[in-house]
Amino acid sequence: MSTFARTDTSVVGRWWWTVDRWNLAALLALMAFGALLVLAASPAAADRIGVGTFQLAKRHFTLLPAAACMMISISLLSVRKIRRFAVIGLGITVVLLLATLVLGVEIKGATRWVNLLGFSLQPSEFAKPFFAVTIAWMLASAKTEEGIPGTWIAIGIWLVVISLLMMQPDLGQTVVITAIGGVQLFLAGLPMMLVGVFILLAALGLIIAYYTLPHVTARIDGFLDPATGNSFQVNRSMEAFKNGGLLGQGPGEGTIKSLLPDAHSDFIFSVAGEELGLIACLIIVCLFAFVVLRGFSRLLHENNLFVLLACTGLLTQFGLQAIINMASTLHLIPTKGMTLPFVSYGGSSLLALAVGMGMVLALTRRRPHGGYEA
Amino acid sequence: MSDWREDRKQGLLTNLRNPQSPKAVISLDGRIRQALEVGRTRLIVAGALMAMAFVIIGIRLVDLTLLQGSRSNTTSTAQEIDEAPPVQTRRADIVDRNGIVLATTLPTASLYAEPKKIPNPEIAARLLADILPEISQDKLLKKLSSDRAFIWIKRNLTPRQQYAINGLGIPGLNFEQEQRRFYPHENLSAHIVGFTDVDNKGLAGVEQSFDTALRENDAPLELSIDLRVQHILTEEMSAAMQEFSAIGAAGLVMDVNTGEVISSVSLPTFDPDSPGDAPDDARFNRATLGIYEMGSTFKLLTAAMALDEGVASVYDGYDVSKPIRISRFSITDYKPMKRWLSVPEILIYSSNIGTVQMALEVGTESQRKYLSNFGLLRTASTELSEVGTPLVPSPWREINTMTISYGHGIAVSPLQMTTAVSSLVNGGVMKPATFIKRDKDYVPAGRRILNEKTSILMRDMMRLVVLHGSGRNADAEGYLVGGKTGTADKLKGGRYVTNSRVSSFVAAFPMNNPRYVVYVMVDEPKGTKKTYGFATGGWVAAPVVKRVIERMAPLLGIQPVHIESADDSGNSILKKAKARMEGRKIAAR
Repeated sequence: MSTFARTDTSVVGRWWWTVDRWNLAALLALMAFGALLVLAASPAAADRIGVGTFQLAKRHFTLLPAAACMMISISLLSVRKIRRFAVIGLGITVVLLLATLVLGVEIKGATRWVNLLGFSLQPSEFAKPFFAVTIAWMLASAKTEEGIPGTWIAIGIWLVVISLLMMQPDLGQTVVITAIGGVQLFLAGLPMMLVGVFILLAALGLIIAYYTLPHVTARIDGFLDPATGNSFQVNRSMEAFKNGGLLGQGPGEGTIKSLLPDAHSDFIFSVAGEELGLIACLIIVCLFAFVVLRGFSRLLHENNLFVLLACTGLLTQFGLQAIINMASTLHLIPTKGMTLPFVSYGGSSLLALAVGMGMVLALTRRRPHGGYEA
Repeated sequence: MSDWREDRKQGLLTNLRNPQSPKAVISLDGRIRQALEVGRTRLIVAGALMAMAFVIIGIRLVDLTLLQGSRSNTTSTAQEIDEAPPVQTRRADIVDRNGIVLATTLPTASLYAEPKKIPNPEIAARLLADILPEISQDKLLKKLSSDRAFIWIKRNLTPRQQYAINGLGIPGLNFEQEQRRFYPHENLSAHIVGFTDVDNKGLAGVEQSFDTALRENDAPLELSIDLRVQHILTEEMSAAMQEFSAIGAAGLVMDVNTGEVISSVSLPTFDPDSPGDAPDDARFNRATLGIYEMGSTFKLLTAAMALDEGVASVYDGYDVSKPIRISRFSITDYKPMKRWLSVPEILIYSSNIGTVQMALEVGTESQRKYLSNFGLLRTASTELSEVGTPLVPSPWREINTMTISYGHGIAVSPLQMTTAVSSLVNGGVMKPATFIKRDKDYVPAGRRILNEKTSILMRDMMRLVVLHGSGRNADAEGYLVGGKTGTADKLKGGRYVTNSRVSSFVAAFPMNNPRYVVYVMVDEPKGTKKTYGFATGGWVAAPVVKRVIERMAPLLGIQPVHIESADDSGNSILKKAKARMEGRKIAAR
């Protein structure tokens, strides 16, 4: 890779020397794994839904460079522009969330998709990064600006977003959004007493969801007692890992993709387990951990509260999604439809994560004055 | 940087060296610094939790792929479903004494449906009904459109059915490889071998009593049954049943030296491949589970105990000219002889009156002791679970002693009777009956219950019954058959009914060195023109025994003998005894 001179002060030149190149490399590596696995797993799914064998793979391969470009473009923005971008983005997302309720198409018992310029888009995916950054701004303002009730505004935004999500209904995204906001609130200095109260409230919320939403009841029952629920997917998933062993069956040699309808999206980690084996899976886990923990460690030197909170929110979203997805396929938690960031097939999820990680890269660029670039 | 002012306003920059910062900003900066400190500290907590989650995922990965993966050595198949029945290991075969397979286990396919995956249950039910005509289309439709994740349609398909269903190509219809018990000889040994349920659990016969052993062993279970003899006995008994319009029949062949049951037949029989289709009566094992009043065959036992106790010798005799009256009963003879009869003659003419007098001389206590030794007073201990418990009088009065002496007032199973007669002729040693093949050359010690001399005399007398008495029809030429008839009226509603009887014949052969006891019993035979309306043991069961012996003896390697002297000892006994009776007659005059 040709490098840039240290003295190059062009936008790209400055970017190259200030951006977190290691994290960028890790994210690109994840995309590469994703490309390989989607290529292996999507033909079976494509045949099942009756489009051309490589239709889904082709779509993923056109979206992947677009997502990478988008991520890098966003990472060129300044902190202030990122903030604006996020606030405007959240506004559009809320409109689109409202639109799904009116115009959305019902798929598997929930309306989550909306058609936009020929693309079917899942606004809830985009809600997460924009929400994280906007909330970070509000929470930071509450500390740094006199007279701005930032915390209350943040809570208001949270309520609006989750009520829109629960109307779809989409419990998974609600949990993720709440977790992001919760972590940010925690970092913003929420008194420990209230932290305890909020954890209790969250637990209560899950219990209420268990008793009021039938599909949640079924999922959790199925997890606790595999004999009663429909544990077909997760059993096949665990078998795939066992089948893969240390080195895997080899790319394309797996069988699980022909059995699981969601092998190319929610259960792609199982495909990785069967075809690439334990070592590759551990590498994937390490890549996720690396991105999150390296991001966190860079934030330990951060002097800007907004950047600290925003990046934490975005990295929490990224890490949490990865953890929930992998833990589901490994039967550590009840199955939850959630994509594996940058690895799973899925247009909205891929683009939204590119936006989110682009913002992380932008916010963690080194800036002068002992801090990072503004 | 152009945005500095803006940034400072937000507190993005906390540079105290900034000359423009007023005091207010310093205090604000202090608050921001504090907030940042808290944020960073708590970030470490969040990071630690995340790291922990990733480590747990890593550990779980290693656990699943390496530890569990190598343990289960998995072969994942599409057919595998969550509610699949437990995997069965192959159940051991059951073979007869010559190694002919009586029960084996075959791999078969069973059809199940995952109704949720079936796109059009109506069409699927219609197509399936053509292939599986035994299940109605409505029932199929109900199953195929149920909301269960898994439902059996039919267990154990034929290969042809499986092929046809495969050809339909209906998604959601799958096969489970199963094992099915198969009985190649169908009903021939059904009562002994028994049968299993669809999950190959033994429900009857040795399938039930040896259930665990059959599950755990690979070596076939060898029965004492000889399938060839089983076939002969079944065929001859079926013919008799038909001829005499009987409701059932039971037959046994026993090796007198080992106690092995060579053949055990109960008619009507059933097909163990579909035991559910058979009526209860067909599944009932008359030979081991049924108990009957044996009638005159018991006289052999009474004579044996009288000789053994020494209360009578073969030359002694009894006056049978008058019926015996006791309280309101009167005991008569079927064919009254109106004279003194010697012991052999009492058996030859099957005299009740003579037998009762013998029994009275033996006494109640001794009779009970002998019958107990013959194994007739308690449930036989044998491998089958279908074993009848005898009906024994209690209290045992003199009147019971009298009726029991000729086989009434006590009910035992044909198996018990056969075992008792075996000990009678084998030298007086009781050998427990077994359905399992004994090791070659192994002769169980058994328990001596009669003097050997008694046994030898009994052989002669049984031979005399066939030579001169009611058992003539059983005389298979050259095989020196000895035996005794038995005809007992059946008790119905507490009364003996004269035209509803159990007719039997118990035989042993060859009488110079008995090898086998053959017992045949026909349940409720009706007399025919050919038998002049008679349906007694001598007319009904004895000919069956004769034909069975004629057919089985060559197979079992028993040479027919044509020695005139073979019957000499018996005939001389009879001659001498008759002479003594003549003497008595003269003396009485």
